[in-house]
Amino acid sequence: MTALVIAEHDNASLKGSTLHTITAAAQCGGDVHVLIAGHQADAAAQAAAKVAGVTKVLVADGPQFADGLAENVAAQALALAAGYAHILAPATAYGKNILPRVAAKLDVAQISEITKVVAADTFERPFYAGNAIATVQSSDATKVITVRTTAFDAPADGGSATVESVTAVADSGKSSFVSREIATSARPELTAAKVVVSGGRGLGSEENFKILDPLADKLGAALGASRAAVDAGYVPNDWQVGQTGKVVAPDLYIAVGISGAIQHLAGMKDSKTIVAINKDAEAPIFSVADYGIVGDLFEVVPALVKELG
Amino acid sequence: MKVLVPVKRVVDYNVKVRVKSDQSGVDIANVKMSMNPFDEIAVEEAVRLKEAGKATEIIAVSCGAPQSQETLRTAMAIGADRSVLVETDIELQPLAVAKLLKAIADKEQPQLIILGKQAIDDDANQTGQMLAALLDWPQATYASKVEIDGDKAKVTREVDGGLEVVSLTLPAIVTTDLRLNEPRYVTLPNIMKAKKKTIDNLKPADLGVDVAPRLKTLKVSEPAGRAAGIIVPDVATLVDKLRNEAKVI
Repeated sequence: MTALVIAEHDNASLKGSTLHTITAAAQCGGDVHVLIAGHQADAAAQAAAKVAGVTKVLVADGPQFADGLAENVAAQALALAAGYAHILAPATAYGKNILPRVAAKLDVAQISEITKVVAADTFERPFYAGNAIATVQSSDATKVITVRTTAFDAPADGGSATVESVTAVADSGKSSFVSREIATSARPELTAAKVVVSGGRGLGSEENFKILDPLADKLGAALGASRAAVDAGYVPNDWQVGQTGKVVAPDLYIAVGISGAIQHLAGMKDSKTIVAINKDAEAPIFSVADYGIVGDLFEVVPALVKELG
Repeated sequence: MKVLVPVKRVVDYNVKVRVKSDQSGVDIANVKMSMNPFDEIAVEEAVRLKEAGKATEIIAVSCGAPQSQETLRTAMAIGADRSVLVETDIELQPLAVAKLLKAIADKEQPQLIILGKQAIDDDANQTGQMLAALLDWPQATYASKVEIDGDKAKVTREVDGGLEVVSLTLPAIVTTDLRLNEPRYVTLPNIMKAKKKTIDNLKPADLGVDVAPRLKTLKVSEPAGRAAGIIVPDVATLVDKLRNEAKVI
């Protein structure tokens, strides 16, 4: 029984999401192979070979894979699918885009965003915005799975997998990459950060959001936001934490001026420690917070920065 | 250009669902149901394409219980021209829906199918991609902007870290993200007009599709609750708790 992990990478390096997925793949039992479909992605392939638990890295090289188009990467995974009991990808924009295509072509169900491997054919996954957890069993020959990365630890280094080239599938010719606009940030990546400071509508403006900067700097935190803050245009949309944004599970999550709508809680309630700063004592965020301060964020946040020294 | 828009009837997004005590599922008896919010955005986008002269006809499709008719009426009140309902009492999983939609697409021959990126009940985020695979069409998921130019669709997608633009050759699949548009409110005159529009009723068997569920749900449980927190009086206490009690800073 062997599992194939479709690696998310940028050709030069492996994304952290891939590491967490490898852990989930290993829990399915058996060997773990990693597919790097990319263009001149030797560095990413070498990185994958060093991950503990990986026994083989398969490299499909070609310009048609350079930008991770779903049509081409899914076709490549399908070309290799025979013989694998499990095919996994991270439940990120990348993995979720590709994997259902693979499942449909194999005529199997796909299991989305698993948070636990119960057995090789049985998994737990949240639904209804995290308000219920389903335990599902698949009787399909191949289990096709996306993995909620925050639910699995990253494996250690120390692997020495063999790297093997595979025949690349041809370009589908039906889609092409045009451009990419990546928001630049010196802060840690939101989904990987140990501390996240998030702001909501209570901040009131794009300008006011800067009040969170010193706090984030002090804690080495990533900055996040509620959907209300994103929709109001205070911050870019890739900051959004929630059911329709990113799911995070840091050691410390500080929610500032966020009421705590169901859709937001779905993205952060697995954080180890949650702190809420809100002037409304009735705000639902206090029902999940370990520590709450009822007060004006414009006074509390600077005071907190000062107290941290 | 014909546009197909699949819509799903789901528990309203404001409802906090409860897990049944026998762990067989969530209790959705007597709760408010609405159109999946991402699907509303899909219908709105199709209507805007029609208003811009790009689309000629919009067909809304829903698969599921007979009450999905209400959802189709809403889609037609927003501006869909007619509807297809594939009626079944069986629990439909994304692969089954994708197969039903493929059968309808084969019949209707649309150039564009716009779906929501995910339904807020099963949170699967699969149907659009599966349909694209079954039809062998290109896909642009998580769209925040769609431009149709001749036989190409240029779509801006929301990806982790920012935005990405892809170009697809039509026919193609687009799935909507929240920021694609703001759906219009349905007006009373349009609700009345929608009552006169047609809904074709079909059964999965009419389309030759086996919709038996592939995944078996063994149980549904409540997520682990969090221990009750405390309200601290000042930031000094907060920092002390974070350092010495939670040990997270």
